[in-house]
Amino acid sequence: MTFLATPQSLLFEQPLPLQGGAVLPQYQLTFETYGELNALRSNAVLVCHALNASHHVAGSYLGQAKSEGWWDNMIGPGKPVDTNRYFVIGVNNLGSCFGSTGPMHLNPETGRIYGADFPVVTVEDWVTSQARLLDHLGIAQLAAVMGGSLGGMQALSWSLQYPDRVRHAVVIASAPNLNAENIAFNEVARRAITTDPDFHSGHFYAQGVVPKRGLRIARMLGHITYLSDDVMNTKFGRMLQSGNDFKYSTQDIEFQIESYLRYQGDKFSEYFDANTYLLITRALDYFDPASAFKGQLTQALARARAQFLLVSFTTDWRFAPARSREMVQALVANKRQVSYAEIDAPHGHDAFLLDDPRYLSLVRAYFDRINLGADA
Amino acid sequence: MNLVLRDAIQRMVPYGSRVLDLGCGEGALLAFLQQHHGCSGYGVEINDANVLACVEQGVNVIQLNLDQGLPMFGDQSFDVVLQIDTLQHLRNAQTMLQETVRVGRMGIVTFPNFAHWPNRLSVLQGYMPVTRKLPYQWYDTPNIRVATFADFLALAKKTQLNIKEAFGLQDDAVVRWWPNARAATAVFKLAASTL
Repeated sequence: MTFLATPQSLLFEQPLPLQGGAVLPQYQLTFETYGELNALRSNAVLVCHALNASHHVAGSYLGQAKSEGWWDNMIGPGKPVDTNRYFVIGVNNLGSCFGSTGPMHLNPETGRIYGADFPVVTVEDWVTSQARLLDHLGIAQLAAVMGGSLGGMQALSWSLQYPDRVRHAVVIASAPNLNAENIAFNEVARRAITTDPDFHSGHFYAQGVVPKRGLRIARMLGHITYLSDDVMNTKFGRMLQSGNDFKYSTQDIEFQIESYLRYQGDKFSEYFDANTYLLITRALDYFDPASAFKGQLTQALARARAQFLLVSFTTDWRFAPARSREMVQALVANKRQVSYAEIDAPHGHDAFLLDDPRYLSLVRAYFDRINLGADA
Repeated sequence: MNLVLRDAIQRMVPYGSRVLDLGCGEGALLAFLQQHHGCSGYGVEINDANVLACVEQGVNVIQLNLDQGLPMFGDQSFDVVLQIDTLQHLRNAQTMLQETVRVGRMGIVTFPNFAHWPNRLSVLQGYMPVTRKLPYQWYDTPNIRVATFADFLALAKKTQLNIKEAFGLQDDAVVRWWPNARAATAVFKLAASTL
């Protein structure tokens, strides 16, 4: 049985200048907190989310079955990140579709829904907005910032943008930038959405339609890349959807994997916003802290002061172990404190959300040793 | 770990060194050097349980397969590279010795000496040795490289490893006279070739 979570929202009226040059005149951040901030304010942990997740990291909503947060196996009372010890903050990123200001909201300057006019936001912009939330919560320094995948990029960026505000950075299944193949997958997903006739150049809300076809394809493609060949073969293999004989149809579902992907696509298209998908995949593409240092990651990470834990998964080909090793190499070259584990798990990129005991024990051991000062 | 070995290593490692411990196990040696000898650095381990144990005791650990070499680490980027009873598990033992002196200004290598007299006796009697230091049967041993004190000296000469110090360890004593026969453990302190 998990604990109850309650989302909160906060309006920021101070304009936010964005990396791309635009300014958000005002914005709202939706977030959740678990546990209690201690007297020294030394036990705060910020959890950053990946593409399709949200501020609802852990716990459940009152009266809602199956409403556990996306990292409920990692965070909570007695969990690896123990909310009896830590004050954990989950925040929905700007541009997302789960409460924080995004393309589905009204643009105060035009009185219209933002839609495609929502400015492009970057990982760095998210981190800046998260820092303002911490200011509001009275947290000068985080015990740790953590995240997987795109969330790991935010954790890394925290250690570079606010080196003195982060004591530990936990970067899981992540990368210092996306390679061409990864950008290519994002581009196919974006094209699926933008070429959907219901997309209307991003202003589909006024038309009363949703580009579900594009969202479905984007999700199906994404889902394939989050799994591994092994796990797909184990789970589905060549099993047929019904009976033992082919239907010899080109359009009906034949194989179980087709049915599974269509189901995942349908589900996703019901709740996820198309403009958000474009924005978040772009934030992924743009992230590259080494670019300001002629591609030298070692120089880029020289600013970091935090201690690091990095974790990768052997079958993750979207954020492969080699990408984590690049970050470890740069941190070692900068003489930073870093530990790195490469978990031999079959589940591909998705492994960072799953219950692998080696992985969870490692994160638990790491968090157990974080020093919270005198009153911890 | 064996206290005599630990003390011998502590004596050779300069105080405050930056240390890379290849095959660091549960991290006991690094933890000791950090707490009592002003050292910092990283352990390298492949085993999941050992990686966890290192994190539990606050030793930085990097999970890597040493058979893939040390491309992650820059030339002369550590004061000391330790290979404590690791060499015998490595497929590319020779490469790793060269990597050790590339990455470290100093290398300390220890391994079980197969020419220790009880091992010789065992082979004379017709069987592979099974001892305290070498507790495995031939068919289940993780030691895939079996070498003697003298073998190492020969390899060092061939590969231009600069041996700064060489001795054996047996029970609670350092063995400097005829270690090839009298010591179960061979210990070498290395530097990169002066060439």
